[in-house]
Amino acid sequence: MDATLSNIDLERSSYDVDAIRAEFPILASEFNGYPLTFLDSGASAQKPECVLRCMDDVYRRSYANVHRGAYALSQAATDYYEGARKTVARYLNARSDDEIVFTQNVTAAINLVAHSYGRNFLERGDEVIISQMEHHANIVPWQLLRDEIGIELKVAPIDEAGNLLLDQLAEMFSHKTKLVSLTHVSNVLGTIVPIKKVIDLAHERDIPVLIDGAQGIVHTRVDVQDLDAEFYAFTGHKLYGPSGIGVLYGKKDLLNTMPPYQGGGDMIERVTFEKTTYRDAPARFEAGTPPIVEAAGLAAAIDYVDGIGMENISSHEQELLNYATERLNEVDGITIYGEAQHKAGIISFTLDKVHPHDIATIVDSRGVSVRAGHHCAQPLMDWYGVAATTRASFGMYSNKQDVDALVDGIKYVKEIFS
Amino acid sequence: MDDDMRELYQEVILDHGKNPRNFRQPEDANCEARGNNPLCGDQLTVYLKVDEGRLIRDAAFEGRGCAISMASASMMTQIVCGKTVSQVQSLFDKFHKLCTGEMEEFPQDEFTDDMEKLRVMSGVRRFPMRVKCATLSWHTMNAAASGHNETTTE
Repeated sequence: MDATLSNIDLERSSYDVDAIRAEFPILASEFNGYPLTFLDSGASAQKPECVLRCMDDVYRRSYANVHRGAYALSQAATDYYEGARKTVARYLNARSDDEIVFTQNVTAAINLVAHSYGRNFLERGDEVIISQMEHHANIVPWQLLRDEIGIELKVAPIDEAGNLLLDQLAEMFSHKTKLVSLTHVSNVLGTIVPIKKVIDLAHERDIPVLIDGAQGIVHTRVDVQDLDAEFYAFTGHKLYGPSGIGVLYGKKDLLNTMPPYQGGGDMIERVTFEKTTYRDAPARFEAGTPPIVEAAGLAAAIDYVDGIGMENISSHEQELLNYATERLNEVDGITIYGEAQHKAGIISFTLDKVHPHDIATIVDSRGVSVRAGHHCAQPLMDWYGVAATTRASFGMYSNKQDVDALVDGIKYVKEIFS
Repeated sequence: MDDDMRELYQEVILDHGKNPRNFRQPEDANCEARGNNPLCGDQLTVYLKVDEGRLIRDAAFEGRGCAISMASASMMTQIVCGKTVSQVQSLFDKFHKLCTGEMEEFPQDEFTDDMEKLRVMSGVRRFPMRVKCATLSWHTMNAAASGHNETTTE
């Protein structure tokens, strides 16, 4: 086995995972008498000190509602909120801050596009293409739209390893195809989808593209101008920021042709009982009091990630993924799902004769947090013919000891079930 | 914690989990219901043969799930057979309290022997996320006996 080799690889890099771990207070805690081994960052990542401090500071010193008061405190809060928009725009390399719409999460962002774009630009018989490995958040909004206005939902196939079949996807395009909505990284298989290629292919046919970046933003550097997708959605809590805030990036001209999704305060120009006019994007999509402190927390998280460098985080996770794949393959009875050419730090597996829930409960007794279940991707589970898998997913703070603790936990599972 | 694990995964449970009893679809079943745990995607179907006197003549199940849910379903089919629908509903109530830890001791009554057998499932009380695994089959059996065809643990 190559454990020694992986050791050296991990040590050789200048990436100081211990220093990073020290920034995440929760990682110092113990569960069930064991040090916490947190391997569920794909569901939600832990938060560094700077995010916690930033949010605490805003609440303590700079909190008021935004875009309202002609008083200093409201201005201070507005500066945090709009400053966060600038941070996101800069991080994504958007052309303008106006292309950044704050939402609650990715689910809300996709629903926004399905309602506002879908209801107004798609009609009966038009087609939306998704893939076999979508999260329910990128399936159900389109099914609701299908049931409402009669669009067709088409599913692009994958191969057994979890690669998207690009040629077959391209063959699905027709004059009726009005949107491709695709995950960047599979939350189950870890597949990194070559979205740039898909976007180019779609654009050859003038088909707009929405990318579900819930996992993509966490494991890869995203440049929206380079990608050229019409929409890119991600969520704060997987990127080491708070829950309750997500981002919909959209091309400005397109956003401004789209009608509001929800009505309320802050999104209007002028309201009378006869007629209301709406502000331009992003304001028209941000009705009501927004997640002010969450936006500040997200900006702090992005600054932190950017300081370490997404490229460095990705290569650290890549080494861990290789190490975890090797170590899990040493265990008899393990089957790994997802062996795509390009994978992010997500590894799903089953163990012969033991249900994933039993695995998760038993390894938890050794302090190891892993996800077990269908991962909100039941059509993908059905395709593989499994009801559930166990999933370990890495964050910037994950280390080799986490992988070892997981493997030891699985050995304990086998001992109990022997 | 290892003790809790051993209590949760007792030999009896592992045995029923690996070799579930009454894992079949009886041809003469006249009540059936599908149980679904939307949280984990586990599904099972419970079949009952209930006679005119509301006596359960046969109980069986099919489905997939964790060791806890398979063992619970397996033991349930053995225990409910030969009881009336109203008896198994009372028993379900007690079993539910056993799994949630609401009651640890039960008064001596007609169900005392059954409760002693079911006590092996009580390890789930320390794992709130797993209580539904133990109770899904009972919810489903209850739905089947009451003439409902679908149930979920939600």
